[in-house]
Amino acid sequence: MSERTVRASERRRESTDASLKQIGNIIYSQIQNREFPWIMMQSRSTDNIVYDPELGQYILGSRTIRRHSRNIRHIRPFTQMVWTAWFARELVHLRKTSTLREVYYSARGQADIEFKGQSESDGIITDLEVALNRPREDFNIFPEERSAIFGDLTIEYTVPGYEGRRMNLTDHPDGVMIGPAVTSSEFVETSADKVLVIEKGAMFTRLVEEKAHDKFNALLIHTAGQSPRSTRNIIHRLNKNHGLPVYIFTDGDPWGIHIAMVIISGSANAAHLRGLATPEGKWIGVWATDILDYKLPTENLTDNDLKRLKELKTDPRYKGDIWQREIDIFLKIGKKAELEAFSRYGLTYIVDEYLPAKLEAV
Amino acid sequence: MTQVVYQSISPSDFFYRNREIAGFSNPSRAIYSAVRELLENSLDACEVQRVPPDIYLRLTELAASETGSNIYMLRIEDNGTGLPSDQIPNCFGKVFYGSKYILKQARGTFGLGGTITILYGQITTHEPVTIVSSIGGDIHEYEMMIDIEHNRPLILGHTVTKNKKAWRGTVVQLQLEGDYSRIKSRLIEYIKQTAMVNPFASITFVDPRGRLFRFERGTEKMPPLPSAVNPHPHGVDVEAFRRFISITKTRNMKTFMIEHFQGVRQTSAEKFLKSADINPKTKPSSLKPEDIVKLVRAARKYSDFKRPDPSCLSPIGEELLETGIRKELKLTEDDFLKVVTRKPSTYLGYPFIVEVAIAYGKSISKQFKGGITIIRFANRIPLLFDESSGVVWKAINRNINWSTYKVFGDTSLVIAVHVCSTKIPYKTVGKEYMADQPEVEREVGNAIRNAARNLRLYISRSIRIAHERRRLDIFGKYLPKIAEFSAKLSDREEQPDIEPLLKAVSASIPEVERKIKEMPTLVGENS
Ligand SMILES: Nc1ncnc2c1ncn2[C@@H]1O[C@H](COP(=O)(O)OP(=O)(O)O)[C@@H](O)[C@H]1O
Ligand SMILES: [Mg+2]
Repeated sequence: MSERTVRASERRRESTDASLKQIGNIIYSQIQNREFPWIMMQSRSTDNIVYDPELGQYILGSRTIRRHSRNIRHIRPFTQMVWTAWFARELVHLRKTSTLREVYYSARGQADIEFKGQSESDGIITDLEVALNRPREDFNIFPEERSAIFGDLTIEYTVPGYEGRRMNLTDHPDGVMIGPAVTSSEFVETSADKVLVIEKGAMFTRLVEEKAHDKFNALLIHTAGQSPRSTRNIIHRLNKNHGLPVYIFTDGDPWGIHIAMVIISGSANAAHLRGLATPEGKWIGVWATDILDYKLPTENLTDNDLKRLKELKTDPRYKGDIWQREIDIFLKIGKKAELEAFSRYGLTYIVDEYLPAKLEAV
Repeated sequence: MTQVVYQSISPSDFFYRNREIAGFSNPSRAIYSAVRELLENSLDACEVQRVPPDIYLRLTELAASETGSNIYMLRIEDNGTGLPSDQIPNCFGKVFYGSKYILKQARGTFGLGGTITILYGQITTHEPVTIVSSIGGDIHEYEMMIDIEHNRPLILGHTVTKNKKAWRGTVVQLQLEGDYSRIKSRLIEYIKQTAMVNPFASITFVDPRGRLFRFERGTEKMPPLPSAVNPHPHGVDVEAFRRFISITKTRNMKTFMIEHFQGVRQTSAEKFLKSADINPKTKPSSLKPEDIVKLVRAARKYSDFKRPDPSCLSPIGEELLETGIRKELKLTEDDFLKVVTRKPSTYLGYPFIVEVAIAYGKSISKQFKGGITIIRFANRIPLLFDESSGVVWKAINRNINWSTYKVFGDTSLVIAVHVCSTKIPYKTVGKEYMADQPEVEREVGNAIRNAARNLRLYISRSIRIAHERRRLDIFGKYLPKIAEFSAKLSDREEQPDIEPLLKAVSASIPEVERKIKEMPTLVGENS
């Protein structure tokens, strides 16, 4: 059991606890001073979200707002936030985790605080992140688990009951679900020299079966569509702290492109957080060029696809040459292709031919 | 060769043949009109007597007739002037005989209503009418019928009894054919509205099923009695002018104008005569017919006469109308009621006054469905039929954009409009709705707008109050939670004190509530 790991995570826990209590103190004394309580935080409105080319991600601008209980429209979300802070502190105290959905349901017992829907409670949690300047994982709130990781990476748990225990991520052939335990774990060692991120579960399973992790000496991560924050955080850590290059492999359509882009440059929704973007990540396909080069079976781009492509073209994150070039080709050929399209050349083609060629090229 | 027969018919005969034009068109309307005519006569008599009316009205079913409608006995008792014995037969047995031909406001005008009711009873039942009346002395009881062909009373019996209790008033009892069941709700509504504009009257009605409806007076105060006045020059016609010329004792046209007309003073008489090209010194008797025509025409055009004298009119007045409406619409302190009595105005030379009341609030929305409920009165008589043909309907529904006053389709609102005049511009003899005389239409519109401006203020303030209350509710709901969880979050046992904050939020409410009570008089009121 590594003392260092436990102490680091314990320190983070304590400081989270202190900052939550701090919020309570502020509000308490504001009321005692006959003042309607308020909390200062950075504004999350769209005009305060800017793209920072240096960081390669969206960040919040300098504008701050007061979430003020004197305001009739703010008092309800304000109350919800105080409740959520209290709930989060309970989680931290009890060393329990909770999913976003559970937070939403927990509030339902609280008359008057009850959220109208999960998106409302998710929004309040994001507010709390902004106010505390910490990701929700710090106060033990996690999204629903969908994505998975596989490959030679040894992790050390920090979750209660498992502190110090280690596990190698090749131990389970379905991959290991990226939940709170994996997210909060320390990465001890790995023999891999790259990370291969795949959008779809079926392809992930195929790669495991074909031993792509051995062939390419890679860690495999499956995002299950738009990747959750915890997954992005893991990708970020593997790249930044362990120096592993990241290659992203998605469907060849605007939605696939954007899954790759969010991993690389982050999303506007998480502009208040750091440690989620991986600017050095590389999108390796399926490119529009691949559709032509590999003569992949295609479908026509829908109106919606075309609209989305045009939006992406003007998005500041898509300034780079490859992006612009591929978007233009997509628009020109009017076609898209899924990852599975490679099956036309046999089940192993993708591992034997395509991926080696692409990894070589970039 | 056919023979053409020429004959004249008596007024009684005329109404016998054309009873529908006087409101007796069918068995249910007949009941309504009969009650109405007799009730109006009683109210008139009490007003002349200056006593708060105590009126007892009873309708009893006597028999079912072959035609499907029934025979009823209608009895009304009042404490009005009573009639001198020698006037009773003519007043009740002769059409176009009465005491209300002078120029002042009364409910009856033609010497028609009561008599025609008796006539209708007679032709449907062949039974005589009984009149009991006293002006303070002996009590006279007449049993009589109408000689329709000759328009004269036919006395069947006359008894005189001592009046030990010094009773004064009149009882009329007659039989008539009719159908009460179909007109019941209208009739009750009619009496209720009558009580509304005569808040000093107590009216009791016992219906054929023995149910008792009592409309208690809300005040003893009565509006001042209108005085009889001379006609206003704007409203005079050639025939009336000629009659004045023939009876006048004045020696020159200037004094003639001042003596026989209202609103004419020394200077305006001179100026007017000059405008008509008549020498003020001219002797009235020397006027030629074409001079009279010239004068009448000039009088219509001349604009500097004083406004018609409203003393011949008897508006209900803001105070009494308010009492009546509050009482009959069962308004509470919290409901909105604005009453506006406009200054007198004229149409075709007849003076008239428009009064308007707008009621709004919880009591109203409980009793009435969404939208504007119109209640109409003419000379304090409720008008219940043909609402959408009349001038009031037009003024409200065509001429006013209600959204300016924050009134929308689902707002429940009651608007009562009273027009009083020496001559109500009725469209029909049935006296059910008023024609859209432009002057009347304009005045009705102005009066409603006056009241509606107050309503708008009230509504916007109510909205503000509701808004403030909602605010307080919201703060009252969330602040305790904030207190509770901020204490828990900061590991404290005791919750912070939110009282000062709640006080700060509710501070503005009494202020708004006070303002809403003291409705200010708006600038430009009644002008
Ligand atoms: N209840 C009554 N008390 C005193 N006088 C009455 C009463 N009813 C009728 N009269 C007298 O009889 C007259 C005729 O009545 P009516 O035929 O209804 O005509 P009008 O009311 O138009 O004058 C009235 O003008 C009034 O003088
Ligand atoms: Mg009458």
